[in-house]
Amino acid sequence: MSSRFDTEGGRIFGVRTDLVEQFVNTVRRDLKAKIGVVIVTLFLLAAIFAPELAPYDPMAQDFAPLQAPALSSETPLGTDSFGRDLLSRLMYGARISLGVGLGAVLFGAITGVLLGLVAGFYGGWVDDLLMRSVDVMWAFPWLLIAIMLVSIFGQGVWNVIIAVGFAYIDDFARITRGEVLSIREEEYMLAAESVGLGDLEIIFEEVFPNTVAPIIVQFTVLVARAMLAEATLSFLGLGVKPSTPTWGSLLGQGRDFITQAWWISILPGVLIMITVLGINLFGDALRDAFDVREVDSE
Amino acid sequence: MTDPLLDVRGLTTSFETGQGRLTAVDDITFQIEEGEVFGVVGESGSGKSVTALSVMRLLDDAGTVEADEVRFKGTDLLSVSESEMRSIRGGEISMIFQDPMTSLNPVMTIGEQIAEVVRHHGDVGERTGFWSEMRRKYVTGTSEGSRSWQRAVELLETVGIPEPEKRATEYPHQLSGGMRQRVVIAQALAGDPSLIIADEPTTALDVSIEAQILNEILELSEEFGISVLLITHDLGVVRETCDRVAVMYASEFMETGHVNDIFEDPHHPYTEGLLASIPRIADEREWLSVIEGTVPDLIDKPSGCPFRDRCDYAFELCDRPLVEYEIEGSALETHTVRCHRENEHVEVDDSGHVESVPDEAVAALERRIEAESARDADGGVSPTADASARADGGSRPSPAADAENGGDHGEY
Repeated sequence: MSSRFDTEGGRIFGVRTDLVEQFVNTVRRDLKAKIGVVIVTLFLLAAIFAPELAPYDPMAQDFAPLQAPALSSETPLGTDSFGRDLLSRLMYGARISLGVGLGAVLFGAITGVLLGLVAGFYGGWVDDLLMRSVDVMWAFPWLLIAIMLVSIFGQGVWNVIIAVGFAYIDDFARITRGEVLSIREEEYMLAAESVGLGDLEIIFEEVFPNTVAPIIVQFTVLVARAMLAEATLSFLGLGVKPSTPTWGSLLGQGRDFITQAWWISILPGVLIMITVLGINLFGDALRDAFDVREVDSE
Repeated sequence: MTDPLLDVRGLTTSFETGQGRLTAVDDITFQIEEGEVFGVVGESGSGKSVTALSVMRLLDDAGTVEADEVRFKGTDLLSVSESEMRSIRGGEISMIFQDPMTSLNPVMTIGEQIAEVVRHHGDVGERTGFWSEMRRKYVTGTSEGSRSWQRAVELLETVGIPEPEKRATEYPHQLSGGMRQRVVIAQALAGDPSLIIADEPTTALDVSIEAQILNEILELSEEFGISVLLITHDLGVVRETCDRVAVMYASEFMETGHVNDIFEDPHHPYTEGLLASIPRIADEREWLSVIEGTVPDLIDKPSGCPFRDRCDYAFELCDRPLVEYEIEGSALETHTVRCHRENEHVEVDDSGHVESVPDEAVAALERRIEAESARDADGGVSPTADASARADGGSRPSPAADAENGGDHGEY
């Protein structure tokens, strides 16, 4: 009945590996999870090793402009209007796009989940204070807030991460708070209190692990949105420097040539789509692996 | 006589609701001796669980707990700091909840859940700071070689779980209901408590498991010398398990005494009604007897006996505030009843109905009520009021005192 948990006690350098093994086992049994893992790993590797793997300098205008993709040519994915190799630009672009996408959501998630845990657990005026502040953020369109933050702190990758991530705090805070409100009514909360655990321990040991499933789902959905948000900011000239390739800025720049050179905007678009799909599948696999309650239903 | 383990006097718990003030526990007094099994029996909503939660200070902010005294091993539980209270919870007093399906955290292995309590209350020399616990939970896991884990496995074995090493690494949903309740018992034992509060520990289990679990609780409490406060609505369970029992109705203790006294010689009409409604195998009755009527509304509860509207014996004193009467000749323990029929001046016929209420009865009652309200007003500080209330302890006021106060009528 519990073959998945027979690996108990596995530790490498004292770090528990049971969760990793659960994940590996889930992926092994699930084709969709495999696809997700392959896509995410591939893209992350391409982004991390872009300087080593990219065939050309993404800034070098070495080729004839607007060459169509052709696998046999020197530039298999074609060139942009300045004669730069699109494959290299896409690989470098992955660094910013994935970095901003994951970084912004991570920032939003950590802040929002903390707020939601505290607000939901303590309730009362703490809840009112925190959640009403979050509501205030909701009253403004995220783009306005992002523009404000970027204009205060200036352009740059980190500022874009904060600016985009800021808009996601409220999503995570609200979801987490909702989960905590229902978990707080469970008897095991009272039981945890009745064995003498303190508030901090109850919040982070007992409550938080029970809120993880919806947070993971929200995380994967928002990574996609964050990549598009970065594209929007770049398109408005508020993202990273205009010459730096990101998938969003490539897509935006290619828009002017969409009738002559479809590939400049279509290819980054397709990459964004595949990444989003991959991250969603990856997230589902994570959720399945760590939701111990679903084990028996198989 | 040594001091009782838990000494609760005049515990009153109320909740502020939109409709008014709800009195969930009304001026109850009880003592639990070391090694004793004390039962609180009553129907749902009578305030049994709130009593337990009040003693443990586990009610949320909506509830107000007042008491003359809640003493545990000489410590006043209502005035100690929250951090001291945390070390008492689980370490000195632990609880077993009603539903084992929901009282274990679904995402923690049962071994971790028990080991955690062992670390907090036992002397196993493992760090329990916030960051150590975080690291243990998210990075390293509780090491199976650690003393807290081994103690957890031992405890699982103690409560009769087969293959404890393997079971310790499983999650609650992988165990049956009875097994889970055993895990909860193991968790309750983990801090070596002196008192276990079992709040309807078998209500969610089927009857065949019920006996096993009750036996487990009783045997372990006997083995380790732990007192048990057993909350239940099942008179059969009470009779099997308890030494003394309190019958609770509409937030008040109606009758308290040794289990044999209560079952063989019930003095309160409510207790009689409860006992009469137990079905018996030899029963020839076609219908089970029931107590007519419903429990009174606890919001803005009027003073007087809460049972009077359903009581066959109700008479004119029943809307006066209740006082405690001690039953003479009870064999083993003090047997107290809160029913004015026990007033020595009230004349009761053979069927238990009141024949006449002479003036002395009213006077005696008013004398008692006055003594108690004086004690309440002083909050037990005044030495004379305190001493008289204690010496009183449920005994009847002297006739001389009654005569003095004979003409004193009115405020109630």
